[in-house]
Amino acid sequence: MTESANAPLQDPSPDGRFGDFGGQFVPETLVPACQELEREFRAAWVDPSFRADLDHLLAEYAGRPSPLTECHNLSEEFGCRLFVKREDLNHTGSHKINNVLGQALLAKRMGKTRLVAETGAGQHGVATATAAALMDMECCVFMGEVDVARQELNVFRMRLLGAEVRTAMSGSRTLKDAVNEAMRDWVATVVESHYCLGSVNGPHPYPWMVRTFHEVLGREARDQSEAVLGAPPDVVVACVGGGSNAIGIFSGFADAPTELVGVEPAGGAAIGRGVPGVVHGSVSYLMQDEFGQVQEAESISAGLDYPGVGPEHAHLSASGRARYEPVTDAEVVEAFQLMSRAEGIIPALESAHALAWISRERASLAGKSVVMNLSGRGDKDVAQMMDILS
Amino acid sequence: MSAGPFEAALRARRDAGGKCLVVYVTGGLGDDWLDTARAVAAAGADAIEIGVPFSDPVMDGPTIQAANDLALAAGATPTGILDALRGADVGAPLAVMTYYNIAFRMGLERFAESLVAAGVSGCILPDLPLEEAGPWLEAAGVAGVEPILLAAPTAPDERLPEICAVSRGFVYGVGLLGVTGVRSELAASAVEIATRLKPVTDLPVLVGVGIGTPEQAVEASAHGDGVIVGSAVVQRMVDGAGPEGVGELVASFRAALDAG
Repeated sequence: MTESANAPLQDPSPDGRFGDFGGQFVPETLVPACQELEREFRAAWVDPSFRADLDHLLAEYAGRPSPLTECHNLSEEFGCRLFVKREDLNHTGSHKINNVLGQALLAKRMGKTRLVAETGAGQHGVATATAAALMDMECCVFMGEVDVARQELNVFRMRLLGAEVRTAMSGSRTLKDAVNEAMRDWVATVVESHYCLGSVNGPHPYPWMVRTFHEVLGREARDQSEAVLGAPPDVVVACVGGGSNAIGIFSGFADAPTELVGVEPAGGAAIGRGVPGVVHGSVSYLMQDEFGQVQEAESISAGLDYPGVGPEHAHLSASGRARYEPVTDAEVVEAFQLMSRAEGIIPALESAHALAWISRERASLAGKSVVMNLSGRGDKDVAQMMDILS
Repeated sequence: MSAGPFEAALRARRDAGGKCLVVYVTGGLGDDWLDTARAVAAAGADAIEIGVPFSDPVMDGPTIQAANDLALAAGATPTGILDALRGADVGAPLAVMTYYNIAFRMGLERFAESLVAAGVSGCILPDLPLEEAGPWLEAAGVAGVEPILLAAPTAPDERLPEICAVSRGFVYGVGLLGVTGVRSELAASAVEIATRLKPVTDLPVLVGVGIGTPEQAVEASAHGDGVIVGSAVVQRMVDGAGPEGVGELVASFRAALDAG
């Protein structure tokens, strides 16, 4: 193995910064709640009984560890050696459950009785509704009107699990607006509610806490890939909306001589097209106009349809440790079908972004070992794809 | 440090034994928003907040969100609103209320200077808490803008004097746990936040969020120095009441506060 100058992902500074990005830009009402959350998270994370409870849930309830599958057919087609981390096989169908079980346990420990969440594709909402059912908590999930229409099945799943689903009717009526509504709810219910934020965005300590809860998938992927390859892979690839699955897998390889690639939707490329801005609690790259009005993202994938990105990704981009590449909706639709036919795995549209990039870059990836995070399964997307493909 | 125009107006009202009335008007909402602001001043508001619409107003409820969306759809921009205010004699000191990204995008120094150039005395940024306010406080101080900070019901006691120490103009007591909007009853927290703030500061203590009727205004200002009225006024604007109709509403608040 070559000597690597790379370092593990760092903890944020005391003021919640990763380099120039992050912070805690919330209304005064929420400051004490954010501060309490940070204190409680720090205490819980070094508490062996909390960690044992979480590990138990991750293993016995969520089904961890998830396998690392070598995609022989796609490897042959692409000319590289492709492995996928099977977060699609987790309970509830995506990586989101890692974070949600951690936050729900923490919320319980803090004496909260209600979970508030935003959701785009519905994966985080379903995961939150699931954890709330398991832990006997009230649950309210905000979802943009556009997403409610294109992810009908997940709306039904959340209601089946006992959650209340509220439709966000403002702005672009997608994920960004669901976050706004969830924050407004939290401002009003902060005494009894925990805001179970679904990605590595938001005010400190969320970006760091959510990353920490997803590091389990990165550690597993590192061990699994080294067991097969005898060394870390050449490239790790993941899709990026807010960036939680990507930061989870990057965390396992940040100190390795592995190239880290985040794949953004071309219509929601906060890093590719954004400039620094402040929305939803932190400074990060943001798609916005010259006056600072946040622009509406446009992506085929509800889970990535977001004009911002987690502050740590902004930092990893600025520092050069990771790079971020856009793919188009058309490339994603093709990748979605490709993986289904070639490997018998229907990927989430979000995860198909990562494959779309690999497929496009196959020439430059020839002969390399590539680990892709298959962050979720595509069952939720088949109705939408039926419309698109017919 | 001498008080700026916004604070001076509120202190004058308080020193005369009255209760302060600050009214929020959405900038860029309709062609006559500036006339509405003038009517608000004429009807007895001590000072006026001009809302500069932002795409993602997380501290605002449905009424101000809808007004924001209307104004943005009609082409309202921060520079357009400030240009309109420049040289317009509204008849009362002004503050801008907007969100941090509007200032951040323009650059804090440039934003502060542009407020001064437009004749705006104060500025409220409801998503900028004390811990993150340092750079803005500095830019505002240099340019001579009064940065108005909020104090929330959730703040522990030791936080309140820290907020009051850096706030100028007045200290904005958040009347309830929630976002802006009219409520059927005044929250107990409205009285409580004023009661908690008064002993720790000489700044005017005003309560806003959830004050929708003259009766609620009287009740909320009993333990503080006055109130901020937003959504009730903006709803009138959205309903097309025009400057005259909005002025009548503001006059009813003024009369109730004067009568005690």
